Amino acid sequence: MPARFEALGVTKRFGGLTALAAVDFALDTGISSIIGPNGAGKTTLFNIFTGLYGADEGRVTFRGQPLLGLRPDQITALGICRTFQNIRLFANMTAIENVLVGMNTRVALGLWDVLSHRRRFRRTEGELAARAVALLDRVGLQANANDVARNLPYGDQRRLELARALGSEPTLLLLDEPTAGMTQGEAGALMRLLRGLVAELGLAIILIEHNMRVVMEVSDRVAVLDHGEKIAEGPPREVQSNARVIEAYLGTRGSGPARTRRA
Amino acid sequence: MTHAVLAVGLIGVSAWAVAVFPRSVLVFLLFQGSLLFAYVARIPSWLRVTLLGLALLVLMPTIGFFNGYYLEVATQVGIFVALALGLNIVVGLAGLLDLGYVAFFAVGAYSWAIPGSPQANLIFGGNAFPLSAWWFYAFLFVGLMVAAGAGILLGLPVLRLHGDYLAIVTLGFGEVIRVLANNLDKPINLTNGPKGITPIGRPPVPFGMPYSEAFYFLVLLIVAVVILVNRRLENSHIGRAWEAIREDELAAQAMGVPLVRSKLLAFACGASFAGVMGVVFSAKQIFINPESFTFLESIGVLAMVILGGMGSIPGAVLGATVVTVLNLQVLKGLSLWLNELKNAGVTVLGYNLADLPTQLEPAKYERMIFGVILILMMIFRPQGIFPVRRRARELAKQV
Repeated sequence: MPARFEALGVTKRFGGLTALAAVDFALDTGISSIIGPNGAGKTTLFNIFTGLYGADEGRVTFRGQPLLGLRPDQITALGICRTFQNIRLFANMTAIENVLVGMNTRVALGLWDVLSHRRRFRRTEGELAARAVALLDRVGLQANANDVARNLPYGDQRRLELARALGSEPTLLLLDEPTAGMTQGEAGALMRLLRGLVAELGLAIILIEHNMRVVMEVSDRVAVLDHGEKIAEGPPREVQSNARVIEAYLGTRGSGPARTRRA
Repeated sequence: MTHAVLAVGLIGVSAWAVAVFPRSVLVFLLFQGSLLFAYVARIPSWLRVTLLGLALLVLMPTIGFFNGYYLEVATQVGIFVALALGLNIVVGLAGLLDLGYVAFFAVGAYSWAIPGSPQANLIFGGNAFPLSAWWFYAFLFVGLMVAAGAGILLGLPVLRLHGDYLAIVTLGFGEVIRVLANNLDKPINLTNGPKGITPIGRPPVPFGMPYSEAFYFLVLLIVAVVILVNRRLENSHIGRAWEAIREDELAAQAMGVPLVRSKLLAFACGASFAGVMGVVFSAKQIFINPESFTFLESIGVLAMVILGGMGSIPGAVLGATVVTVLNLQVLKGLSLWLNELKNAGVTVLGYNLADLPTQLEPAKYERMIFGVILILMMIFRPQGIFPVRRRARELAKQV
């Protein structure tokens, strides 16, 4: 079943600043990228999609279910999970414990099951651990399962965040700059991994990414945000040659040096 | 092997020494130290369980038979162990700094003190109270539930608060409970105010055991249950959710941890342990008044958790033991000893201690030394005596 995800007219204001102005976005399956200069509103969009922010206007639905107004954990339970731009692992927990926390919404045990330690509890815990190991294996961290997250190298932390998000069995995965700080080789490997996930599990992925080579290679569609507005959307090749996109990134001729934007 | 011999030998020798020198604090400390050694020594776990079980179930009550004060110390240690373990859930695991924890202890204590004494007659009229002694056991659960309820009551308004703000509100909550206990003697006399409630009924005891021994065993049983519950919670999705909240609340929520439910559960669980112990405490003391539940008690329990190692169960147990024994025995003993020197007029460096002005009474150093110990601990071992050791999981081989 396709993970029909749809956002219509999403608007978000912070005081007088309009961070997002009537942004539309839709995705069925495959990988869709959101690009744009710093401060364009990409992460704000993610925060609205995952329930961390409310939106001032607009509608977001996933499989027909409205998402706005739901808590982040409820959205995760529906099958949407994310990673963070500035890695937010549970630093003092081990890698496998991080993944186990990600599985929280899939644990159907109550307080009494935990206290009584019935067979159901032990079986479930065993299954969870096995699945967590499999996920760590998938992202190449099987040897680090018992390492404390804080001590992992940067690239491994990013991959652990991915494994943790996969723990919630998402059908839609939101990745916020997953290759930041990675070498080109590491980034390539990660993208092959994402492609594999899409092919095998039918995952839909929304990617925020600055690495253009990665974006153009891996995305089925690309949306471009600038100043909170969606200025272009389409297949990568089309977007690449779009005049407004070029302007947003490089500035217009005659308007002086390229505009720099900060969030 | 040497460890096994040493552990058995230490416990045996120190227990014998306690029997020979029943009044020596140092010897009793040696006995406690031998238990600690048996816990950390590299010996097979069956031996460890046997030794500790033997020491706590047989040796300690026997020692207590000859010196009732030691049993009293052990019982108080047990009470504070349960409190520290409860606070450890809230502060150590979920990372919610609670400065009013003793309020739940108070709630538990009053929930038995009122119906377990004639006090309840003033509220409901008639002559039905105190309840018969058997009710005490039922009220262990009542105290648990009432305290858990109070925990949720505290949890609800502070859900959105973090760190310092949370600490201030919990501090206020602790004071509110104490002030309520102090002032609810009018218009209806609920708590009898600062005069306190007495006599509080004691539970029926099997085999005509002395009360001190009975309370020791009761506290030991409750501590055992509390440790078991703590361990099961910690090694479950519930405990992991708490730790995730402590590490990064926003990320935890985004990963599917329901914040409200998890935090309320942490407050309720932590409070319930204090509630049960409150019931035991009120029966053991026969008399309670608001003075037993001051802010300083909350800080004391927090010091136990931090000293032992936040989030660590053995840490909380050891922290509670060390602080309680320090307060009841070591520092008291020290000030008594200094006092003796003073009264004997001993001369140190040409100065006669008898000339010491009253402002420098040895008894006044007790809190100071305790403070210095805390400071030194935080400087040299900020992670606590027994910091959390991440449990390495046995991982099934992936084929």
